Amino acid sequence: MSLVSRHLEAQGITTIVVGSARDIVEECGVARMLFVDFPLGNPCGKPSDRDMQQSIVSLALDVAATAIAPRTTVQAPVRWGTDDWRAAYMRVDDSNIAALRAAGEKRRAAQAADSRKG
Amino acid sequence: MEARADRQVSHRSFVSYIDKSREYYAASGFEQPYRWAAFDEVPFSPHTKPLAECNVAVVTTTFLHHHDSAHGAPATNKQVYAHPVTDLPDRMFTNDLSWDKQATHTDDTESFLPLESLQKLADNGTIGSLNHRFFGVPTEYSQRKTGLDADQIGEWCAQDGVDIALLVPL
Repeated sequence: MSLVSRHLEAQGITTIVVGSARDIVEECGVARMLFVDFPLGNPCGKPSDRDMQQSIVSLALDVAATAIAPRTTVQAPVRWGTDDWRAAYMRVDDSNIAALRAAGEKRRAAQAADSRKG
Repeated sequence: MEARADRQVSHRSFVSYIDKSREYYAASGFEQPYRWAAFDEVPFSPHTKPLAECNVAVVTTTFLHHHDSAHGAPATNKQVYAHPVTDLPDRMFTNDLSWDKQATHTDDTESFLPLESLQKLADNGTIGSLNHRFFGVPTEYSQRKTGLDADQIGEWCAQDGVDIALLVPL
């Protein structure tokens, strides 16, 4: 999506990325980002929280209209409420490493079979 | 004197998905880490038009439900698309995308495709209009393919007179 942002911006369209994967967007480099520090899935606000969603979208438009330089990142003033999701997502530890390795081997075998089929 | 800090941290608090995915796929036995796009130069077009005159479009990475295989298999043959904002289904197809399925859900489309919020801003005059269609782009492994999709979305935005694009990766 960051690549789409860059393309549109070069075309003269103002863009803002509203997202939760800050590092991926900032490493790519976009004109403007509204960073929402939530688990991946709800960058425009918590499900069913219309007031929060409205405030995030309004802030995104304000950042779009007022940023003076590329790589402008603003962090939305919202909190998810818990922090356990940060470590839990894509966790790798002793309890799952054997299962991850096995699933990876299965996937590589399927990919190899696909490429043999052409 | 400043009030007491809310927390004390020994490392950054926000998640690095580049680090997470590299470690996860390495643990899964994939030898080559994914190489993310990174640029030194960033295009920037200063915004000059009043918001109240702007036509605003949304770009999403989610898809309409007919791409759902209904059996949990990855959707196939996803193509860049445009769809009328007046015909939003109750749910979008998100199962094949990488998001935190333990911590949250995507049952409320407004949490990632904010058409209702934007329509309200159009109704109260904060923005000129919500573009009559939104755009969807597949999250491609290939950066070359994403470039072609970006060309298409750029063409559609030019046709529609889009002033501001709100890009929302899930």
